Amino acid sequence: MLAESLALSAVLFSIGAIGVLTRRNAIVIFMCVELMLNAVNLTFVALSKVYGMAGQVFVIFVMTVAAAEAAVGLAIIIAIFRHKQTVNLENINLLKG
Amino acid sequence: MLLQEATRGVHPLSGSIAEWVWLIPLLPFLGFLINGWLSITSAAHVGPKDPSAAGHDAAGHGDDHGHDSGGGAHGDDHHPVVRHKYAGLVSIVGPAVLLLSFGLTLAIFMAMLGVSREAPFVRTLFSWIPAGDLHVDAALQVDPLSMVMTLVVTGVGTLIHLFSVGYMQDDPGYPRYFAYLNLFVSFMLVLVLGASYPVLFVGWEGVGLCSYLLIGFWFTDKANADAGKKAFIVNRIGDFGFLVAMFLMFANFGALDFLGVSAAAPGAGFNSPLVTTICLFLFLGCAGKSAQIPLYVWLPDAMAGPTPVSALIHAATMVTAGVYLIARSAFLFSLAPVAQLTVAFVGGLTALFAATIGLKQWDIKKVLAYSTVSQLGYMFVGVGVGAYTAGVFHLVTHAFFKALLFLGSGSVIFAMHRAYHATHNHDDAQDMRNMGGLRRYMPVTFILMWIATLAIAGIPVFAGFFSKDEILGAVFARAHESTLAQVSWLGIPGSALLFIIYAMGLTAALLTAIYMTRMMLYTFHGPNRSGEKEQSHLAEAPWVMTGPLVVLGVLSLFGGWLNLPALLPVGPIGVLDHWLEPVVGTATNAVTGGAAEVAHGTEWALIGAAVAIAVAGILIAIVRLKPERLVPKAQAPEEHGIERVLLNKYYVDELYDRVVVRPTVWISRNVLATGVDEGIIDKLLVTWVGTGIPRLFGWFGSRLQSGQVGTYAWVLLIGVIAVLGAFTLR
Repeated sequence: MLAESLALSAVLFSIGAIGVLTRRNAIVIFMCVELMLNAVNLTFVALSKVYGMAGQVFVIFVMTVAAAEAAVGLAIIIAIFRHKQTVNLENINLLKG
Repeated sequence: MLLQEATRGVHPLSGSIAEWVWLIPLLPFLGFLINGWLSITSAAHVGPKDPSAAGHDAAGHGDDHGHDSGGGAHGDDHHPVVRHKYAGLVSIVGPAVLLLSFGLTLAIFMAMLGVSREAPFVRTLFSWIPAGDLHVDAALQVDPLSMVMTLVVTGVGTLIHLFSVGYMQDDPGYPRYFAYLNLFVSFMLVLVLGASYPVLFVGWEGVGLCSYLLIGFWFTDKANADAGKKAFIVNRIGDFGFLVAMFLMFANFGALDFLGVSAAAPGAGFNSPLVTTICLFLFLGCAGKSAQIPLYVWLPDAMAGPTPVSALIHAATMVTAGVYLIARSAFLFSLAPVAQLTVAFVGGLTALFAATIGLKQWDIKKVLAYSTVSQLGYMFVGVGVGAYTAGVFHLVTHAFFKALLFLGSGSVIFAMHRAYHATHNHDDAQDMRNMGGLRRYMPVTFILMWIATLAIAGIPVFAGFFSKDEILGAVFARAHESTLAQVSWLGIPGSALLFIIYAMGLTAALLTAIYMTRMMLYTFHGPNRSGEKEQSHLAEAPWVMTGPLVVLGVLSLFGGWLNLPALLPVGPIGVLDHWLEPVVGTATNAVTGGAAEVAHGTEWALIGAAVAIAVAGILIAIVRLKPERLVPKAQAPEEHGIERVLLNKYYVDELYDRVVVRPTVWISRNVLATGVDEGIIDKLLVTWVGTGIPRLFGWFGSRLQSGQVGTYAWVLLIGVIAVLGAFTLR
């Protein structure tokens, strides 16, 4: 059971990571990041069976942080969209050196 | 180190008052702190109260200013004297700390009288530089030589501090003056009490600093500030020599304390190149500090400072540090006859050279300055030929009579200055052509100055006679039989060179008698040339100034009793000889080879010649010089020929200016400033390398900063994989 859970979370994480790397739409990237977070959450839960309850406590924390992150991130994306009329990250390079 | 530990353990002085020797330099240092603090705290308030500043700023207060300048054209420079508000406290603290030091020194001296003095008593305070093989303690050394020096420094120093109370009383920088003076004495005591070369060097540098501060004491006048800088820089040249000598000692002997070096030095061998080199570098340091050729030029300029400073630093104490250093390093010098002959020859040459310049100077302090250089030359002749006791003896008597001469001249300048100040005259208060006939106005100074003049000229009974005669006698004796007579110096046999030095010494003695008598004649005899109005204002200085003069006068009279020659029928014989025996006895015997002194008959003849020459010099001056014919400075005709060369000090300053100063400035400006600093550093290193390379890196860096979040994510991923890979493959 543990091995299957970890394999699933690895697959989920990879999908998220590939999405972050390849997609251009900020909203999609954002969702992929959430996918990665939840993949990690799955790992925590699965491993808590072996290493104790601390992993499950961490999941609560991660979900809280993810919620906060979603609020702030979406707000930023909305602000960017209002400013540039697009959420395509190829067009957003204000950090250029 | 072992020797030192052993000595300390059993020394008869341990546990006695000598344990408190560190208080001797500390007390003047406390005086410096107190006076310096008073000077700093009062400095903020002295400005607005300064009447001359108020006069200039008083454009708004038209009434006051107009009334003031209505009296004459010189309204601005004649202002009422305002004493410093802490003058009273400073006048007590300044001399008192010195007096306490002197008392403590006397107590230690008394304690030494009763015990064996064979080994020095070393008081280690703390470990100062423990660095690998180099180990230097902050340690003070009590032995007969350091005690003689400490007694002179604190004793004469106290008298000069007292004199300063009168001389500087109206100066706005009064506490600052005493702070510097205290600091100077403190460093001088470190110099003479230090138990190792580095500790001595601390004092050595410290007195150099104080000398700079005090020469430029009236720094608002550029000439004074320049004189201070000159003294400082010329002394640095000498210090370079001292430092190199210390490096060589540490590298070859592995020790820097006097006991360690004296134990290791004989291992280097007699007349070995190493010891000779060390001694010559040490002598370079001495030449700087003690104003010998070629580094003597700073001392006459140092007369820019207040006159008591000239007496204390540039006559009685600091400039004798070089003589002290050679006497202290006697164990080294006695191993290096070539270096000894160099010291003696340079000393003899300086004595003669400076004496000729002294013949034609008009500034009373300049005469004394060249006389100091000349007498220091005598001391170097003494310590150079291995007659260390004679050199130190002349150092002590010279401290007495030269301090008296300088303070006496200070008293004269003080009177002249007051007279000129009262009548608003702007003439030179130090020029002897403006003096004359002062014996009627200042009889005490007059008598005391004559005592000092007879002492320096070498008239029997007075102090200088015995010390000078002992030096000349020693040179004569060494020329016959000593280690010095057997070596050759630059191809000249040592024996012949010593006779030349003896002849130079005798000639310098003749010139000394002439120029000192000339100074006395022009200053105190003949008619007064300072002006009709001024004569009524000329008066003797207050007792606080004449008091120290009287004490110094007594010392100049009886100072010779310290070391009477053996052939005299009365008095204590050779006290100083016996006293210094533990320190320099071995070194002196090494030079003389234990040979007997010259026969009594010859010695009488030598003394007769010296006295005849001194008397002849005085008579020549009296017969040839007519103070009646002298005219005041303003009307004086221009000198020609040799007189002009002497007046301009052989143009040595001009020569140094052309040969050393100007090329240095030229190289600094054209090569170092334009070429190295602006060309290489500014253009090549700063502009090209300094801005070019960062810009190149910046360009590469900015390529990475594309602003594309996707790229950053890829880089992040690659980084993570790399790190994970590194951990996995490890």
